[in-house]
Amino acid sequence: MTRKYQSIANKTYPVAFILLLILAWSLVCVLNIVPPYLLPSPFAVLEALAGDFPLLAAHAGTTMTEALFGLSLSVVFGVLTACVMDRFEPLYLAVYPVLVLTQTIPAIAIAPLLVLWMGFGMAPKVLLIFITCFFPIAVSTLSGLRSVDQDVINLFRSMGASPLQILARVKLKASLDSFFAGLKLAGAYSIIGAVISEWLGGAGGLGVYMTRVRKAYAFDKMFAAIIIISLISLLLMKFIEIIHKKSMPWRENAK
Amino acid sequence: MLKADHITKYFQNSKVIEDVSVEVKSGELVCLLGASGIGKTTLFQILSGLVRPEEGAVYLDGKDITGQPGKMSYMQQKDLLLPFETVINNISIPLVLAGAPKKEAHAKALPYFSEFGLEGCEGKYPHQLSGGMRQRAALLRAYLFSGELMLLDEPFSALDVMTKAAMQKWFVKILSARKTTALFITHDVDEAILLSDRIYIMTGVPGKICHEIKLDSDNRSDPDFLVSQRFIECKKQVLRAQISQGNC
Repeated sequence: MTRKYQSIANKTYPVAFILLLILAWSLVCVLNIVPPYLLPSPFAVLEALAGDFPLLAAHAGTTMTEALFGLSLSVVFGVLTACVMDRFEPLYLAVYPVLVLTQTIPAIAIAPLLVLWMGFGMAPKVLLIFITCFFPIAVSTLSGLRSVDQDVINLFRSMGASPLQILARVKLKASLDSFFAGLKLAGAYSIIGAVISEWLGGAGGLGVYMTRVRKAYAFDKMFAAIIIISLISLLLMKFIEIIHKKSMPWRENAK
Repeated sequence: MLKADHITKYFQNSKVIEDVSVEVKSGELVCLLGASGIGKTTLFQILSGLVRPEEGAVYLDGKDITGQPGKMSYMQQKDLLLPFETVINNISIPLVLAGAPKKEAHAKALPYFSEFGLEGCEGKYPHQLSGGMRQRAALLRAYLFSGELMLLDEPFSALDVMTKAAMQKWFVKILSARKTTALFITHDVDEAILLSDRIYIMTGVPGKICHEIKLDSDNRSDPDFLVSQRFIECKKQVLRAQISQGNC
């Protein structure tokens, strides 16, 4: 019982806080503290959201396709890279600093380059998402692989297991937690990456929609797009969380 | 059966083990007794082939197996059951590693469950078992890898006193019934006297074998052995040997 109350209380506080923020926002608009052409009221945003919903949904579909494509690619290559780097120590020592270095390059800085090289199609967008998502996945998986108890590895070696067998039977499953921590981060990055790359041009996507409504000074629609982006990110993260739980059935009946 | 010949091992330029020779004959239950941090575990890692010694060699049935893992089962102090696998999967690991299909491995492992006191635990996860059960599961896993020769590193040190006593009794029964050859580590003098045919006493830094004490294996059939005069005699002998390390 107390646990249930606890979880309700845990949800009550953030919801109340968000409602309070929206109330403050409405007051600012109603009392005309900020003129409506600069800051649309929450109601205007909701109206824009409802009115433009079919269009928003179509653009959201494009954005999500790109994001999922890029994310899947980075999962495949991120995990592969982590496995190879874990297996070969010299490679780890050589590549790891470079991997960290690439992370200091802002996505927004290379996005225009990618567009110049690859055009306005899907390719540069997926590549940008791949670049931003690859790092968290590779690094978190790698740290999971490397933190496996050496005694367990010794046990498997003493039973004559090959490095590949140890990877398949022990390391991969043992690093699921770290992998999903990275994937969750990458999930959020993937949507942001998609939108950023769409700002620079393209035929569809929420980023394209945003640049269009911005040029029309339709700030209510800007906000509507932002809400959709947040929602998609949240849903994606929730989805990853669900897979995380499902992939670890031994946790179900943990203490 | 298993023979370690003049083993010396350095670790970062300091000698951990010096000129250690150990021999275990077929069917024997031999104990390596010594204080913590004296190199017993290192010696086991060398015997099991996980670590190469700087000097000396390990022979199994006369063949040089220095630095070759996979020849004998090696049970470490922790149970090391994989938390994400069920008990039956954990125990079948050595069979699956050897290439057996999962079903076959399960069928081969299951008949041992009652003897090892694990019936009904097949589908459970390790965290649902008690400490004693986990230890027995780990022992069964080791047994399924190699039932002939087992290295056991403080198999009971993590258990409480009551569980420990029960496990020791069960352990002796099972090993003698199956004619398993075993070398095990302990720092518990009582345990060493109670369980083994022979005791090697390891002392000093670097670790050396100082004494070898032979025990009468008939002792174990006596239920009151632990409180008998003979037990006290043995204990005296062992404790004296441990103290007189300067002489070796």
